[in-house]
Amino acid sequence: MNRRDFLKGATSLSVGASFLPLFKVLPASAASQETAVVVIGGTINSLDIHRSGTNRDSYQVAINCYDRLVSFGTKQMPDGSLSYDYDNVVPELAESWEISNDGTVMTFKIREGATFWDGKPVTAHDVKWSLDRAVSLGGFPTVQMKAGRLSSPDQFEAVDDRTFRITLPFPTKLALPDLATPIPIIINSQVARANATEDDPWATEYLHRNPAGSGAYRVARWDAGQQLVYERNDNWMNGPVPGFQRVILREVPAQSTRRALIERGSVSASHNIPNKDAKELASKPGVKVISTPIENCIFSLCTNVDFEPFKDKRVRQAVAWSIPYQKIFEQAAYEQGVPMWGGTPTVDEISWPQKSPYSQDVEKAKALLAEAGYQDGFDVPLSFNLSHADWAEPAALLIQQGLADIGIRATIEKIPGANWRTIALVEKKLPLHLENFGGWLNTPDYYFYWAYLKGNLFNSYNYDNPEMAQLVDDTLDMTMDNPEYAPNVKRMIELAFDEIPRIPLWQPTLNVAFNESVGGYEYWFHRQMDIRALKPV
Amino acid sequence: MSPIWLKVRNVALRLLQAVPTVFGILVVCFLLTRALPGDPAAYFAGPMADAASIEEVRRNLGLDQPLPVQFLTYVKDLAQGDLGMAVSTGQPVMAELANRLPASLELTLGALLLSFIIAVPLGVLAATRPNTWIDHICRFLVTAGVSLPTFFTGLALMYVFYYLLNWAPAPMGRLDMMYLPPEPVTGFLTIDAIIAGEWEVLGAALAQLALPLITLALFTLAPIARMTRAAMLQTLGSDFVRTARAAGLSGRRVLVTYAFRNALLPVVTTLGMVFSFVLGANVLVEKVFAWPGIGSFAVEALVVSDYAAVQGFVLSMALLFVALNLLIDVIYTLIDPRVGEEA
Repeated sequence: MNRRDFLKGATSLSVGASFLPLFKVLPASAASQETAVVVIGGTINSLDIHRSGTNRDSYQVAINCYDRLVSFGTKQMPDGSLSYDYDNVVPELAESWEISNDGTVMTFKIREGATFWDGKPVTAHDVKWSLDRAVSLGGFPTVQMKAGRLSSPDQFEAVDDRTFRITLPFPTKLALPDLATPIPIIINSQVARANATEDDPWATEYLHRNPAGSGAYRVARWDAGQQLVYERNDNWMNGPVPGFQRVILREVPAQSTRRALIERGSVSASHNIPNKDAKELASKPGVKVISTPIENCIFSLCTNVDFEPFKDKRVRQAVAWSIPYQKIFEQAAYEQGVPMWGGTPTVDEISWPQKSPYSQDVEKAKALLAEAGYQDGFDVPLSFNLSHADWAEPAALLIQQGLADIGIRATIEKIPGANWRTIALVEKKLPLHLENFGGWLNTPDYYFYWAYLKGNLFNSYNYDNPEMAQLVDDTLDMTMDNPEYAPNVKRMIELAFDEIPRIPLWQPTLNVAFNESVGGYEYWFHRQMDIRALKPV
Repeated sequence: MSPIWLKVRNVALRLLQAVPTVFGILVVCFLLTRALPGDPAAYFAGPMADAASIEEVRRNLGLDQPLPVQFLTYVKDLAQGDLGMAVSTGQPVMAELANRLPASLELTLGALLLSFIIAVPLGVLAATRPNTWIDHICRFLVTAGVSLPTFFTGLALMYVFYYLLNWAPAPMGRLDMMYLPPEPVTGFLTIDAIIAGEWEVLGAALAQLALPLITLALFTLAPIARMTRAAMLQTLGSDFVRTARAAGLSGRRVLVTYAFRNALLPVVTTLGMVFSFVLGANVLVEKVFAWPGIGSFAVEALVVSDYAAVQGFVLSMALLFVALNLLIDVIYTLIDPRVGEEA
């Protein structure tokens, strides 16, 4: 096959003549100024984030190939690395926006001159079609839109070609940040409509393979199960110009192989490496590791209040006092992360996550157990998700030892990843289990909404407290400068620590290893690689 | 009837016999996938989905129907050549199999060829010179081959030849990123590169193939070498070889024409068996070398209860084995005239 023909034959993606001399110039090592190679352990299974069945790794296509109305700015972390800035919403496809005085009407002005890849100008009608799609298709996109109080196409209106209006049922602080998540992407509605069918009005089959966006990169090639090749869109003007002309994303399932590749310098970056590797690679020459604490996320041990002994708060507290936190942090987290134990006895601030007042104190734990009438202990299964075995297995073993010290006999149960959601999160029937929930929108009340309200998905321990429910309901949409906000959040944290259905262990990190020749990496809440920020050093 | 027609009829009969087997496999596989724990609808709806969207996914996957209806739909689609969508990878199962089966076959057949080329002469030599150094080498290789797990051999080879020596290319799949795959004809990159006359690409594909191939070959070498040695020892000690020797035939003639040809039968049987278990066992090698093969596809699909993908995999394997058994029987008739007469 003539190399120049490959795009014509192999894929149906439309690619301009500008990037034809593609791979001929590509050097074997990653030290290129033009091309970066990123390896991941997962697989890309769709180029459309709205499709049902699209997995987490595929979200990065939405991030890199599509634009949203707004995005988040950048901030510097204490260690000098970069992170997105939740408190600073910046323009992306919208060049400006206004929020009405009562906070229920948001009016966006679409950027002058912004075009899709095919040259068609981006209009408010495209925005309307795209957001309608996100709230109509069902599944994860619809749930995520609802988090920002966006649930019906009636809320979206294209006033004219460049003016787009969103009407909210009531003012909420979550709407604007929700528009900056990977979900509300703006799709070229003309292309999508041309490829829609009666059975498939939202063109899910077409967009699954053929992205139609306005973003910084387009997909030059997708070999499912092997690689995805991004090619820079040089007409992009909705953010800083990306540093690499081309980024190749390769799927390498074996962790040891990924590690060899980054150590050897064959690739530019290895995304989401285990804590153990992060610790060991940090001292290797030629490799740099950036570990960022994952916002609004805590690895926790959850005690199900439907399980008889855990109905008593003192038993749950006893468990919290029995855990060898420091050992877990050393042996399961390899000291990557932020300790979440040993805090002050009172809640003094509303930052989240924050340290719980608990630490390992066997005498205290024993006393609480005796007080609750369980001085002889009891038997309980301790479950974890096999997909998280890298940290959950060592943590579970250490927790088992800690519990044995106070007479609670735990047996470890490993649950396959595919069954985890049904058993743990939907049926909520695991008495004692390890959980890793993290919220995309970075406010404590959002975390409490998902994790401490009866029936909500990540309340896998059936915690039910009317006071907590009322607090979350009052606070969720409230702006953060509201005088009631801080006291409400403080009370939520107090309740969570006192009743302790979810025992915080540590705040995990997202670890990414880089070749020395690559810089600019920025941490994002969605935990996917935003390749737009990468640049050669 | 002419002998050719007789053979064709025999082959056709054998194929007909396979039909109930394949149908049985279809039914059992269908029921087994449904019996797996886990709810694919909940899984594919994603972690944040609510009850309504899970139901919607269930409807889309057709899992809200009763089992017999699901089975009928499945068979009907199958009759039209539609194996369904693999939700876990987002591709039609047919396309996945068409892409991945050649990748696995290239690896497996290559490894078998390599181990056959090494193991058979090694086995013959070891049998003709028992308890010499060559016999000891054979014994060592056989023991090492069966006792070393493939992922360990793979990692060890990668460590030495890629990480330390940098002789091997980066273990990132079938082709280095520098090269474009040749026009797909057979799906075997090496053969396609030869057809297209792209020698550079052929070299690159062979370089990527080398380490996984050696890993698998070390593993498959053991049973073949052992079987060759044992079969040769047996035939060399048998009456007809003694007679041939007594008749004054040359050592070479006795060895090749009489002993080896007879010893080949059990070796071919072993080869068929080795092929079947290697195709399943190379999933670990595929993982280590990021090889986009069928084994890793099937395992991933099984883990997430992706019914269509698992069924498609089992069906293709079943058909492959039917074809393989047939092929081995045909080879038998070529090697051993008695088999042909009896049939």
